[in-house]
This record gives sequence, C-alpha cells and structure tokens, in this order.
Amino acid sequence: MLLFILRRILIAVPTLILVSMFVFTLQKLLPGDPILVMAGEDRDPEVIALLREKYRMNEPLVMQYLYWARDVLSGDLGVSLRTNEPVLSLIASKLPVTIQLAVMSMLFAFLVGIPAGILSAVRKGTWIDWLANLLALSGLSIPNFWLGIMLILLVSVNLGWLPASGYESFWVDPVKSLTTMIMPAFVLGTALAATLMRHTRSAMLGVLQADYVRTARAKGLRGRAVILKHAFRNAVLPVVTLSALLFGELLAGAVLTEQIFTIPGFGKLIVDAVFNRDYAVVQGVVLCTAVGFIFMNLVADVLYVILNPRLRTSQ
Amino acid sequence: MNVATVAPAKPANRTWLKLRANKSALVGVTLVTFFVAMALLAPVLPIADPIGTDWGAIRKPPSAAAWMGTDEIGRDVLSRMVWGARASLLAGVVSVLIAVAIGVPFGLISGYFGGWTDSIISRITDALLAMPFLIMAIALAAFLGPSLTNAMIAIGLSAVPIFIRLTRGQVLAVKTEDYVEGARAIGLGHIPIMTRYILPNVFPPILVQATLTIATAIIAEASLSFLGLGQQPPSPSWGSMLNTAKNFLSQAPWMAIWPGAGIFLVVIGFNLMGDGLRDALDPREH
Repeated sequence: MLLFILRRILIAVPTLILVSMFVFTLQKLLPGDPILVMAGEDRDPEVIALLREKYRMNEPLVMQYLYWARDVLSGDLGVSLRTNEPVLSLIASKLPVTIQLAVMSMLFAFLVGIPAGILSAVRKGTWIDWLANLLALSGLSIPNFWLGIMLILLVSVNLGWLPASGYESFWVDPVKSLTTMIMPAFVLGTALAATLMRHTRSAMLGVLQADYVRTARAKGLRGRAVILKHAFRNAVLPVVTLSALLFGELLAGAVLTEQIFTIPGFGKLIVDAVFNRDYAVVQGVVLCTAVGFIFMNLVADVLYVILNPRLRTSQ
Repeated sequence: MNVATVAPAKPANRTWLKLRANKSALVGVTLVTFFVAMALLAPVLPIADPIGTDWGAIRKPPSAAAWMGTDEIGRDVLSRMVWGARASLLAGVVSVLIAVAIGVPFGLISGYFGGWTDSIISRITDALLAMPFLIMAIALAAFLGPSLTNAMIAIGLSAVPIFIRLTRGQVLAVKTEDYVEGARAIGLGHIPIMTRYILPNVFPPILVQATLTIATAIIAEASLSFLGLGQQPPSPSWGSMLNTAKNFLSQAPWMAIWPGAGIFLVVIGFNLMGDGLRDALDPREH
C-alpha cells in the first residue's frame, strides 16, 4: 500500500513540474510590462533598472524559471503588486472561505445526488427515473451564475428570506455564516449533484443486475437491505473517487459563484487579480488550484485502492 | 421492390434513423436548430438595432413594442438576444473546432506511435488537465486580452487536452485491429494509415465529445463574457447581458431572465443531442 502511494506520488512529480513551467510561461504572455506598472507614473529609468534587477527580469528565461521554482518550493509565491502582501498569505487568507463553500456544496451534492441516483436506478423506467434524469440534465445545463442571479431575485429581492451577498466566518458567527452560504452552496452544488446522480444511477444499474444481488434477493432479503447493503456498497466505489476529482472542479466553479454573491474567497481573488494585472497572484492561484487538483487525483487513486479489497491485495 | 430498401442502411443514415427515433435527442436537435436559425437569420429578422439606444425607453418591461423589454440604456432585449445567440454559438463551435484541430492530431500521434512520444504528450496532457477548465480559460483570456476572439482561443486551448486524451485512448483500441495490420502489411506509410484507417474509426466518439463540449464551451464563453473577459460592449452577448442585468435585478428582472434562459436552452439542446448521438453511434445498440 505504502509502495503504491509512493509510486503514485512519483508519477505526480513530472506533472507538477510541467504545470509549474506552464504557469510560469503564462505570466510572460501577459500584456503590458509589470515593471512599468510598479515604477509608477514617473517611470524613472533608474527605478526601472533597479526593479528589473530586483525581479531578475534581466536574466535568461530558463534562469528566471529556476529562480522562480526555487522560491515557490520554499513557499515564496511572490508579492501582490497591488497590496504588497505575500501571495501565499493572501491565498491562505482566502482559502478557508472557498473551502467552506466547497464543503457545503459537496454536502448538498451528496445529500441530493446519491439518493436521487439510487432511487432513479431502482425505479428505472418510472416517472421518478424520468424526473430525476430531467433534473440532472437541467442541473448540468444551467449556467451557475444565472441560477445564482435568479435565486437572488426570488429569495432575496422578492421574498427577503436570505441575504443576497456577504460573508461571515463560521468561527465568528456560525448562524450568519451558514445563512449567507446556503444559496451559494446550492448554486455551486447543483451541477455536482447532477453529475453524482448520473454516476450513481449508472453504477447502481450495473450492480443491480449482478449475480450477488440476485442471490441476496433469492435468500429472501428485503428490498432495502439488498439495495443498501449489497448493491450500493459496490456501486459507491466509482462515485467516491469521482467526488475527489470533482472537488478540484468545485474550486473553478467557485470563481463565478463568489463573484455573484460577493464572497471574498479564492475565486474572487483570481478575478480581481486578473483585472488589476496582479501577475503574481494570478500565477499563485492557478498554481495552487493545479496542485490541489493533482493532490485530489492522488487521493482519488488511493481511496480507490483502499475501498476495493481486490486491488488492495494485488498491491 | 426498390433495391434501396433491401440494401443495408449506410452508417450515417442508420445513425440519423436512430437519432430520429430518440425523442429526447429530437428535442435537442430542434432546440439547436432553432437557435442556429435565429443566429443565422439575425440580419434579416424584423427586429430593432441591437446596439441602438433609446433614452425614452429605459428599462421598460416586456410589451407589444418590445417583447422582451428594454435594457438600462433603452436597447431592445429581444434584438440583443437574437444577436447574442450569434456570439454564443460562434464561440461554442469555433472553440471546439480549435480544440479538435489541435487535440485530435496530437492524440493520434500519441496513441499510434506510443513510446517516448506518447509519454511526453501524455505528461503534457496530464499537466494541462490538472488546471481546471474555467480557471485556465480565465487565465488565458486575461493574458491574451479581453475580446470574443481571444475568449474562443482561450476556451479552445483549454479544451485541447480533453480531445488528446480521448483520441489517444480510442487509437490504442483500434491500432491493433486486423485492418490496420493489413494496411501496414501492404506497405502504407504512417500518415495514410492514421488518416485513412484509424481516424474514421475513432471519429464517432470524437463527434459525441465535440457536441457535448460545444455545450461546455457556450457556458464558458458566457462565463467569460459575464466576467468581462469575452464579448466587449456594446456588442451583445448573453453573458455580458447578464453581467449588466445583475445590477438592475429589482428594477428590471427581465434583463436577467432572457439571456440566462437562452444559454440554458441552447446548452440543454447540445447536451441532449450529444447524448442521443452517443446512443445512436454505440455499436452495442445496433
């Protein structure tokens, strides 16, 4: 098992290096010269020269990358050009907000998507199956920023039930935090619930026809026991690994959701950075998202092996 | 008896027949056809100028004069919806064409040659896939500068790894088939084997993926335009219309309802069509 994890980490290393190269190169494609922005309106040639020296802009590209990679590895992702704050601490301060949003969305997706998938598979061909499929298709096709706007219109503007925007830390005021996050979590979790529903349904349909399920039924077990104990336990495997992969997608989806509900998280950070030409922050956010995604891939693979006894013994 | 009725249907005809028999796919085809027709006919439809402002008709609710109401500077929302369909569909199709044009050849090469070529292309694909689609599209659109063309390039480039991976996987399954071995045995070169023998056989799943990716690309374009990184004002785009609309939610909700509904319906259309195509092209269903 340990060997498997080690091997899996080793495979991730070249991917990480390539990602870092890509992120570094992106910065070089940006329009405008960051040094000129930093030099201010005067654009004093001496200041510009000093800044170029300081940020190693005079070195060859390969050296610039190596210096940058060394800094990144030691936890130095640079400084925000706008706020002068270290990028890493900026990201660290925004990340908990997005993680709370992502976790709440994931919970919603699990609570809705998995039961809907099971029900739809068990009642295949009935109106329940039809409705669940229609809802899943809608969940996948609806742009989440529109869903957010429509919810604000209905729930906040017309009914006045929930706040349209804002954020409060869970540790400061849990009730306020949850009420401000319910709508965004629903919006972000919809597509995820739809994906989980579809996968649970197809996995359940596969196992419901398996011999061991037929045997369980033949033994006289009740329907619910067969479905939950025998079928679902085997069908849940691909769904669990899929969820780990979807967590990365959640971070991307958070960009728009945070923008609509004005939540000061990771997603809003990248959009603000893009418009402020805050290169270091854009780079940092893209890099962190990619690293998070690779990590979740790793978790998915390891979970797959842990949950599947056959794979565990063969490792 | 007519000979044509006895001869087995051609694969393309068979696919179309199966697609036609699938009700939900038919709904998808109808929705897509409706929006494509709307986009193509925009210049000849009897609608108002999509960028013509009317200071006497600011934020007017839907009426006989303006069926979908007017926006914050008195422009006709219906007309902007019709012209906005052009931006959305164009972005969806062009970005997927970019992704296919780059992704499929690399996938073919990777799967066909294997070895080091495959390792290098696969590692690069892994790295590109590690960056979530939308974040990468936002970053690229920001680096290239905000415009519809750049948004299409950004979305297209972000979707490239999907097609590399899909094509590679399909090629691996096909390249050991007898007909490929046969083509090699009669001395054909790599390029004719890849283009004449392998590509047509890996094409169906690519077509399905392309249809489904158009749906994703339309949402991505709308998202980028919503963030201000796509279509620039005053040209209409459903995403940028929503961006403006969110500031007038309590005064002019119709400004937000129509563009979102447009995106939703066209995306459902492509998704239904893609799912239908997948069923129709699946050999197990024959």
